[in-house]
Amino acid sequence: MTTYAIEAEGLEKTFGHTVRALAGVSFAVEEGTVFGLLGPNGAGKTTAVRILTTILRPDAGRGRVLGHDVSRQAEAVRAVIGLAGQYAAVDENLTGRENLSMVGRLNHLPRPVVARRAVELLGQFGLSEAGDRPLKTYSGGMRRRLDVAAALVARPKVLFLDEPTTGLDPQSRIELWETIETLVGGGTTVLLTTQYLEEADRLARRLAVVDHGRVIAEGTPAQLKADLGATVVEVGLVDAATAEKAAQLLAGTATKPTSVVGRSVEVPVDDGPRAAMEVLRVLDQNAIVPTEFTLREPSLDDVFLALTGRRTEIGGPGDGAEPAGAKSRRRRRGRQAAATTAEGGPR
Amino acid sequence: MTTVTTTPTSPPAALSGTPAHGVGRVRWAIADTLTITKRNLIAYTRIPEALFFSTLQPIMFVLLFRYVFGGAITPGHGVTYIDFLMAGIVVQSVSFGGIGTAVGLSDDLQKGLIERFRALPMSRAAVLAGRTTADLVRNVFVIALMTGVGALVGFDFPKGALAYLGAVGIVLVFAYALLWGFAVIGLAASNSETAQVMAFPILFPLIFASPAFVPLHTMPGWLQAFATHQPVGVVVQATRALMVGPALVGGSTAAHVLEALAWCVGLLVVLAPLAVWRYRRAA
Repeated sequence: MTTYAIEAEGLEKTFGHTVRALAGVSFAVEEGTVFGLLGPNGAGKTTAVRILTTILRPDAGRGRVLGHDVSRQAEAVRAVIGLAGQYAAVDENLTGRENLSMVGRLNHLPRPVVARRAVELLGQFGLSEAGDRPLKTYSGGMRRRLDVAAALVARPKVLFLDEPTTGLDPQSRIELWETIETLVGGGTTVLLTTQYLEEADRLARRLAVVDHGRVIAEGTPAQLKADLGATVVEVGLVDAATAEKAAQLLAGTATKPTSVVGRSVEVPVDDGPRAAMEVLRVLDQNAIVPTEFTLREPSLDDVFLALTGRRTEIGGPGDGAEPAGAKSRRRRRGRQAAATTAEGGPR
Repeated sequence: MTTVTTTPTSPPAALSGTPAHGVGRVRWAIADTLTITKRNLIAYTRIPEALFFSTLQPIMFVLLFRYVFGGAITPGHGVTYIDFLMAGIVVQSVSFGGIGTAVGLSDDLQKGLIERFRALPMSRAAVLAGRTTADLVRNVFVIALMTGVGALVGFDFPKGALAYLGAVGIVLVFAYALLWGFAVIGLAASNSETAQVMAFPILFPLIFASPAFVPLHTMPGWLQAFATHQPVGVVVQATRALMVGPALVGGSTAAHVLEALAWCVGLLVVLAPLAVWRYRRAA
């Protein structure tokens, strides 16, 4: 029998009268696993997390954490969860240790336990030396690590990580991934929201792709990527007309429909290197010379294109997973719906 | 079951218990308030602007009024200006200090700290209660500092130390009531700059159209009517009556004190629920 640590059933939330952040979101997270909510900015990921952590009340639907209803048994939920991420901050005027102690005391842990946990966590997150410095002096990566550490003080059984690595440099991102993997090894259930397919792929056992307040796909990362082709060959050409022509010529090589983005063609394929040779051969036979040639992993953008037929509006600071130039290419493409900013919502 | 590192001495289950009821709940609410109070007090010592507003600024004000404006103002009844000034400047100081409450709360909200608090199994009231308690402690410190500086520049406790302490008590009760008003502003403002901008136009007329720095009789009649009856004016009169005697203020000390306390209770009864309501809404 499978037990679920987190259950969301038809969650709905509208801010004001117009901004529909969640339009009926359902998913369930097995105990002791990592579940990824993947989606662009404004998709409703944070709103879902805020509801499941008792910060917001849903307009409709229900959420349960370890069997406790998030609306009616909020206190019981708060006693078993930890929350870190985007909007849940730490106090920058306090030291790392003071922050951890504060959270521990607010969880009503006895003083000696709090002191011991602070030492353990500072050590575990590589912050022992910085532990007695105010957070103002921390780097972005250190601050994020402390944020996650603060969520762990009371050893929560269920951990919510809202875009934990957004804005982090690649090195800090990998370190945080390793920490999360250790946690799950210890049996903690984790709900992770992210804009990065790579992150969800690495950490999550199952994923739900969220768009405009709805779950548009759910499955294991492998299932989602199988629908995409393992690799994308991106070919830059001299002009848009040539790109269109190349797209038609390469349709036979691709495992999924090719797409033209400005002066580039994107060709989803299964066997990257072999397909690359094939692509070049086809282009050569037709006397087309590429100006750029790239092999890359499918991104969230590709998942979205495959699922919705349109591009995402991800972007903004720290959006490292997206290939450079993708934003300007998208703008020229001009097909995507207007960006939504439901996630911030009115306070 | 859970856990990151497996420390043998640690229990395997989540550490925090299920919410208590009755007496346990009250005990938790007090403990949470103290935790938040401590956090705010620590933060004050690490924010340079907050340190400035709580230490140097009050000192500068005492010196400024004593030496720059003081020479031009005669309180009458043979009272020296510094003796007259102490009541006004202490009330002024705690009033302006409230801006720190508004700015701090608005900052916590904006930076997401309150989001974290909301997801913790802590008392819902503790964030506001801890903030106002910390600011009350800060006010005690500020008043002590101003008293010291005042004494150095000639304030000689005309009615004795006990009456002075009574006056300070009234100022603190007033400060505490006022803090809830600043909490409302902090929770309503979209950011700390807005919180400041919102607080000033409310404070300025209350502080300066009052007998805080100049004797009432020097103002035009219509302004005197406002200055005598608005809360800052009333509290200044009561404080001054206690510190230097009722002759300077007119009427009896007891009447002034009662009027001041009535204002404090009235403000608290209106402003505290308003702040709590705003806090619940500010999600």
